Amino acid sequence: MTYHIDGREGSWEVVVGLEVHAQVISRSKLFSGAATEFGAAPNSQVSLVDAAFPGMLPVINRECVAQAVRTGLGLAAEIHLWSRFDRKNYFYADLPAGYQISQYAHPIVGKGSLAIELADGSSKEIGITRLHLEQDAGKSLHDQHPSKSYIDLNRAGVPLMEIVSEPDLRSPEEAGAYLRKLRTILRYLGTCDGNMEEGSLRADVNVSVRRPGEGFRTRCEVKNVNSVRFVMQAVEAEARRQVQVWEEGGTVEQETRLFDPARGVTRSMRSKEEAHDYRYFPDPDLVPLVLDEAWVTALKEDLPELPDAKKARFMEEYGLAAYESALLVAEAGTADYFEALARGRRAKTVANFMLGDLAAALNRMGQSFAGASLFTVEASEAILDMIEDGTINGRIAKDVIEEMERSGEGPREVVARLGLRQVTDTGAIERAVDAVLVREAGKVAEYKAGKEKLFGFFVGQVMKAMAGKGNPALVNDVLKQKLS
Amino acid sequence: MNLTDLGIAAARAGLERRDFSARELALAHIEAIEALNPRLNAFITVTPEQALAAAEEADAARSRGQSAPLFGIPLAIKDIFCTQGVRTTAGSRILGPFVPPYESTVTQNLLRDGAIFLGKTNLDEFAMGSSTTSSAYGSTENPWKRRQNPEARLVPGGSSGGSAAAVAARLAMGATGTDTGGSIRQPASFCGITGIKPTYGRCSRWGVVAFASSLDHPGPFGRSVEDCAILLRSMAGHDPCDSTSVDRPVPDYEAACRRSIKGLRIGVPREYRVSGMASEIEEMWRAGEAWLRGQGAEVVEISLPHTKYGLPTYYIIAPAEASSNLARYDGIRYGLRVDGGDLADLYERTRGEGFGAEVKRRILMGTYVLSAGYYDAYYLKAQKVRALIFKDFSDAFQNVDAILAPTAPSAAFAEGEKTEDPVMMYLNDIFTVPADLAGVPAMSVPAGLDADGLPLGLQVIGPPFGEEVVFTVGAALERAAGFTALPALRAGEEVR
Repeated sequence: MTYHIDGREGSWEVVVGLEVHAQVISRSKLFSGAATEFGAAPNSQVSLVDAAFPGMLPVINRECVAQAVRTGLGLAAEIHLWSRFDRKNYFYADLPAGYQISQYAHPIVGKGSLAIELADGSSKEIGITRLHLEQDAGKSLHDQHPSKSYIDLNRAGVPLMEIVSEPDLRSPEEAGAYLRKLRTILRYLGTCDGNMEEGSLRADVNVSVRRPGEGFRTRCEVKNVNSVRFVMQAVEAEARRQVQVWEEGGTVEQETRLFDPARGVTRSMRSKEEAHDYRYFPDPDLVPLVLDEAWVTALKEDLPELPDAKKARFMEEYGLAAYESALLVAEAGTADYFEALARGRRAKTVANFMLGDLAAALNRMGQSFAGASLFTVEASEAILDMIEDGTINGRIAKDVIEEMERSGEGPREVVARLGLRQVTDTGAIERAVDAVLVREAGKVAEYKAGKEKLFGFFVGQVMKAMAGKGNPALVNDVLKQKLS
Repeated sequence: MNLTDLGIAAARAGLERRDFSARELALAHIEAIEALNPRLNAFITVTPEQALAAAEEADAARSRGQSAPLFGIPLAIKDIFCTQGVRTTAGSRILGPFVPPYESTVTQNLLRDGAIFLGKTNLDEFAMGSSTTSSAYGSTENPWKRRQNPEARLVPGGSSGGSAAAVAARLAMGATGTDTGGSIRQPASFCGITGIKPTYGRCSRWGVVAFASSLDHPGPFGRSVEDCAILLRSMAGHDPCDSTSVDRPVPDYEAACRRSIKGLRIGVPREYRVSGMASEIEEMWRAGEAWLRGQGAEVVEISLPHTKYGLPTYYIIAPAEASSNLARYDGIRYGLRVDGGDLADLYERTRGEGFGAEVKRRILMGTYVLSAGYYDAYYLKAQKVRALIFKDFSDAFQNVDAILAPTAPSAAFAEGEKTEDPVMMYLNDIFTVPADLAGVPAMSVPAGLDADGLPLGLQVIGPPFGEEVVFTVGAALERAAGFTALPALRAGEEVR
């Protein structure tokens, strides 16, 4: 079930490669001591180096180099012990020096790969071409004044990793899966927070189409796409546009385009003729970046368990299915939560509990497992303990969760205050069963005549009469006994 | 004797003995500047109040028993070193209104050691030139005069011509300069003083307005080899803010000045004997060889085979780096802004009005050689040649301890004599550029006068971080040359 686009004249294959810009988690900028925190007042995190004052010189931030190496190791990539920074020259108001310092010719990380999982359960290796370090530019604000533009240099000099994939992706789904997986790995490594809304992760999407079996045709680059969904939409929209161009006898020109999510189309940004000549050359203010092999080895030994390994271990160690393991390892915080909660419990029960009502509640609250304020591991332990000792049942657990969300109380407080404790008093259950059997005498007759699947109906009616609080096992027992 | 005639070591001793105060010393120089600077235009900015306040502070500190290597020594600072709270122009209109909120590492080191700054000296715009005529703040006059035609206004050399003229005319005891293609050594030669360009990485470039990053070498001027040794020792040192700065201990250069050259091998590069070289230069060079032989050194001919590629290589690499380094002067954040209809218009007007002709020429050359399709043929090739030039020196220093050569192909010329033809101007750097490309230390020492009575310098080039041997050989030349001639325009003399 390979993805293809049906044109008027047959089927087209889509070829996609991604260039992802990931902001490095670091206290200070790539070449200066200024802070990198998001959301600070404009121009409050700008050093003289960032503002390119005369005579100011860049000094590489060691932590950013370590982060790039960790990322390279996490992508099973070659680490280049010798790399170099080049200047990319162009004029723009938010580029203070008139050049961006980047690693054009000699990146710090070379070839690597990453495995994506697809909906049909298959997985695919996607090649990583390279990863390099570079500085971000500042931000131009054109909407603050009718005739003036404002410049915020807080982002100027912020460290970025540009991670370039091979053109190995063949569908919007694969492109989306790649970006999600890359984001997961970066977050596991702690090298990028992956926050796409804040611009910590952005993708340039290279798209071309071809007839099956052909070589590559001309590609277009869709710039600065800032969500997984938009990447998938942009691939589809751009591929369809190109199919149309080719089928109408036209030629796709290599160009830079922008994705308009409102209209679901890509628009030309600048063509090859207007392309900049960046006049790359080695930055003479910096010496080549030479890494000590032992230092790289030490970073490698300190890497955390990565999602693929963790998923395999969850399946092996906890006996979980691939699907639920994948959900649990998508975020390191979720996996940690699971392992804490699963200690001394049945893993399957814990997984179902977490991925069901609890995940839904956290989703409503806009929280993740790692940062859950109300549904801490301790709170979840209490809920599971109460299910286990028969205080509540699964049906009540759902109510408890919802009530906690409303009131902000702990689970035991909610159960005590609302009397949600399940009924294990056989007398009370018998009374409820009797009442139901009297009311539903007709159905009882049908049941006794052999329509045994009505048993579930009686259970439901009893539970309803007991407001969900009846102990399911006892209700079953009593019903069986009374109906026999 | 005038206080302005003292050398740094002598002034230091006099201050120590309380023969005079730092305030008196500063005042003598301030008065000299007031008398002569209107004519020479050696300073763009003079800071007499700050100098006097600092001198009084130094006197007070001395009376409390404090001391430092340059306590109370008045210096001039090339206006390419950023000085906190003092306007720094780099000789350009585009930085006309710029007052740095920071102090360059080199000037901070001098302040740390007690130096007093008199002001900021004139230079070719962004240090691009060999005559100090391309400054937006007017040209600087060389204090030396031709015997035959004393009316001619001679150039002090460049780009650090303001510093050289100030030291020669005794408006300052020493000065800072930067040498990218010869900008310390050539003006030292033209003004009859001493100047040294140390090894690349020896003096921090932090806070020095960049011309060509891989070639810019800060260094000192003095009226003696010893004065340069004292100043360089203070200026040099590792700076973590400059990634190209080198972390090595700074030796005692003064001690090196007192060493004997007996047994040293001195190389004389045959490729520097260019056709059409003035016979006086040739004779001076021969004299230099004899002086060194006379003190026990062995002089041997050596070969630096890629010398002839030095200038073309320099005029590719330096403009290439400059075209990128000067992109920051865009009118957006500091310095001159000339508003325009849109961003491109603002850039064009600001840079069009802010930069002079020579700077524009070099930005254009640099932009060209880095352009797609030309990069390999120009910039990349030039880098390869640069490596060969470095290898020439490395090979030579396998066999010799230092190299002796002329500093410049001529004595000071008059304004307008060569300054109209860029290629003629560029040829001035023919003997100085190779040491910049190789990053090796090199010094110019005044050796004698030409027929017109103008000073000529000899150059001593050493191996990387071989400043000590350069000082040793430079001091030997100085002793033998016995150069005592004085410029016509100098402190204490009537201005003609």
